[in-house]
Amino acid sequence: MVTNITSFGRSGLSDWLIQRVSALILAVYTLFMVGYLLFNPGLDYAAWSGLFSATWMRIFSLLAFVSLAAHAWVGLWTVTTDYLKPTAVRIAVQLVVILAIFVFLVWGIQVLWGA
Amino acid sequence: MLQVSVYRYNPETDSAPYMQEFQVDTQGRDVMVLDVLHMMKEQDNGLAYRRSCREGVCGSDGMNMNGKNGLACITPLSEVVKNGKLTLRPLPGLPVVRDLVVDMGLFYKQYERIQPYLQNDTPAPAIERLQSPEDRDKLDGLYECILCACCSTSCPSFWWNPDKFVGPAGLLQAYRFLADSRDEATRERLAELEDPFSVFRCRGIMNCVSVCPKGLNPTRAIGKIREMLLANAT
Ligand code: SF4
Ligand code: SF4
Ligand code: FES
Repeated sequence: MVTNITSFGRSGLSDWLIQRVSALILAVYTLFMVGYLLFNPGLDYAAWSGLFSATWMRIFSLLAFVSLAAHAWVGLWTVTTDYLKPTAVRIAVQLVVILAIFVFLVWGIQVLWGA
Repeated sequence: MLQVSVYRYNPETDSAPYMQEFQVDTQGRDVMVLDVLHMMKEQDNGLAYRRSCREGVCGSDGMNMNGKNGLACITPLSEVVKNGKLTLRPLPGLPVVRDLVVDMGLFYKQYERIQPYLQNDTPAPAIERLQSPEDRDKLDGLYECILCACCSTSCPSFWWNPDKFVGPAGLLQAYRFLADSRDEATRERLAELEDPFSVFRCRGIMNCVSVCPKGLNPTRAIGKIREMLLANAT
């Protein structure tokens, strides 16, 4: 057993599952977005903000944002543990990543519910 | 004439590793790479490499031949030589002791970690612990590993974290004991493996599968361990 303190789920198994589930959610969200844009060629502001004022779309978007946050954390955590060997540098980069993810997530929520 | 370029390094006298060129006359025969090494040793007695069985059984002569890991004794020249050139290097990722000889300490440490022995606390029957032919079949493709380290030293995940990632060889053996109907330590074994490194650092690149001289499939074993972990979790 290798001890971990900065990984997302604290366990390889849960990180692995989170990575797969979040990838699935992001794939569905991306497909939906691409599909929506393709079927609405003359998209204007009213239609676009109308889409995002629907509750289901906000829930769907928030789910995608949270998935993106988790996915990025698990993925970047893995990259840092592969390539950054000095502990101080690695933990520092991990903290910056986690902080950035947090900021982007809150910002995303504000954009969703702000307009 | 075969042109062979071989990695030389003697930490006691060389400040850095270098490549030495040899011209070897194989008289047109398709010999094994190990035979070529013998011919080179006749030219330069100082050349160091490991070998014992010279027939693919002991796992001593794993090395990197024209960029791919394998056993020198069962790799014919026709399989590796390109444009009349052969480049020999030690197994990648492990510290070099001398020339083609690497320090396998980390590799063995990971092997030791998975407790490669049968664990069963019920008193042994008079003759032997029986196993059905079906249960015995589950060990095929697992027990044949000769611990040559060709797989683990071709695995990028093992290169980056040889102290934390068990590696394909160790994990193949981990599954060999997880799959054994006579072993009772399944839960303890799985608990040791569920962290983000030991098993889950495998990225499924399958370098291990492509080099194993015994034709074994560590990636499949790793997938099975993952399934067992998942089935055991809540
Ligand atoms: S499949 Fe996994 S164990 Fe095999 S080489 Fe790739 S990362 Fe390593
Ligand atoms: S799995 Fe294959 S390549 Fe890996 S140590 Fe065993 S025999 Fe060698
Ligand atoms: S010398 Fe034994 S495996 Fe090659």
